[in-house]
Amino acid sequence: MARRTPLNEAHRRLGGRMVDFVGWDMPVQYSSVITEHEAVRNAVGLFDVSHMGEIEFTGPGALETANKLITNDLSRCADGQAVYAGLLNEQGCFVDDVVAYRFSPERILVVVNASNKDKDFAWMQSHAEGVKPVDRSDDYAQIAVQGPKAVGLVQRLTPVDVSKVGTYRFTEGQVAGVQCIISRTGYTGEDGFELYCAPGEAEKLWEALLKEGQQDGVKPCGLGARDSLRTEMKYALYGNDIDDQHTALEAGLGWICKLDKAGGFIGRDVLAKQKAEGVKRKLVGFELTGAGIPRHGYPILKDGQRVGEVTSGTMGPSVKKPIGIGYVPAELAAEGSTFDVEIRGRPVSAVVVKTPFWKKS
Amino acid sequence: MAGSNPSNLKYTKEHEWARVEGNRVVVGVTSHAQEALGDVVFVELPKVGATVTSGKQFGVIESTKAVSELYSPLSGKVVKVNDALTDNPQTINTDPYGAGWIIELEPSDSKELDGLMDASAYENLLKNS
Repeated sequence: MARRTPLNEAHRRLGGRMVDFVGWDMPVQYSSVITEHEAVRNAVGLFDVSHMGEIEFTGPGALETANKLITNDLSRCADGQAVYAGLLNEQGCFVDDVVAYRFSPERILVVVNASNKDKDFAWMQSHAEGVKPVDRSDDYAQIAVQGPKAVGLVQRLTPVDVSKVGTYRFTEGQVAGVQCIISRTGYTGEDGFELYCAPGEAEKLWEALLKEGQQDGVKPCGLGARDSLRTEMKYALYGNDIDDQHTALEAGLGWICKLDKAGGFIGRDVLAKQKAEGVKRKLVGFELTGAGIPRHGYPILKDGQRVGEVTSGTMGPSVKKPIGIGYVPAELAAEGSTFDVEIRGRPVSAVVVKTPFWKKS
Repeated sequence: MAGSNPSNLKYTKEHEWARVEGNRVVVGVTSHAQEALGDVVFVELPKVGATVTSGKQFGVIESTKAVSELYSPLSGKVVKVNDALTDNPQTINTDPYGAGWIIELEPSDSKELDGLMDASAYENLLKNS
């Protein structure tokens, strides 16, 4: 039976259409994907992301241990700062993408994808030199509050001055009387917070956000809107756009890989070599100029030959165009390059465009 | 949505409807189908003049998350397609039995109509599914 987050009953009461998502019973939508997507772009939306995993390193050496496992550099962060990073294998390809939180040099929390949690934990256990990781996933529920009205909504529920929490910074405090990690992060392209709390308090927090957010037009949002929002930003989804077959540089995520950091990281040398030699394939964003919608797994063709593959695609609700992400040979990666996407046996023309697909006006 | 399916239509178990208009038949998808699909974002229509076969695929309907096949309730020739769906596929969500129609057919064997369900049989199918 699929696992349930502490908000499962709340989703059902709200009429969420529940689906099995990597072994979790999660809402794909409540009203409509497009309505929820637009709520996040124009007002505020709530996402239950409690299925994400949390792995903690605590004690002397926590920072050094965790920092060697991730590609980004926590030693350059202040306490109260978070970074987006990769966990890479020896080939420079992704074990997962994560957000690492630096509470102090003796407490680092790494948030991982639900689908990869057990794999990541085992990988960290075997590669951690020093402090051993602890799986804290059952100790945290997580609610993402995203959209232009997110800051105002959270502010009305907390004595903490959240306007002072900068992007990719976090603090701790009560929201609606619930003790939370209040993190100015998210994966929608909008401003907002990710609130971590004890599972037993998640429903109280969720209900308070829904009630207080009525005046903002808050909507509970499902996995469908989460996917279309992140696709419009060309944010990578593990298992689609990034995986253990493509390197971080091929994925365009060289910026989260600090090749020069002290102590290095697993996969670093492959990336350094690849950086010097140039990558042979790249993850690009494209628009379809013909009719159709690109989907994960569709072939990318050039002159009738298969040269790549679509990794994500959708009809972008905000950009109002069929957009996609996919790997193509480096010579086809420049903006304006054209190729075809094979949709049900038919080549449909596409052009590489600048990303993110969607920008705030 | 049991009870909301017009009684003057015929239905398939794949959730298409057929409305007889003289010697032609208009085809669309049911309200239950559009609700299950979610936001419709693309419809791949057949060409006017194409031949379709009862129970076989004649087009594709895509929602934000899924790609689904459209099956013809009857055999015959496509005489009209709803081109307005190209720009406004969501009409299928808002008006599945009206402006959200998909194709118009000239059936080759009107006896095939007898093989389709009436509204109450369709509603029973929904109740039991």
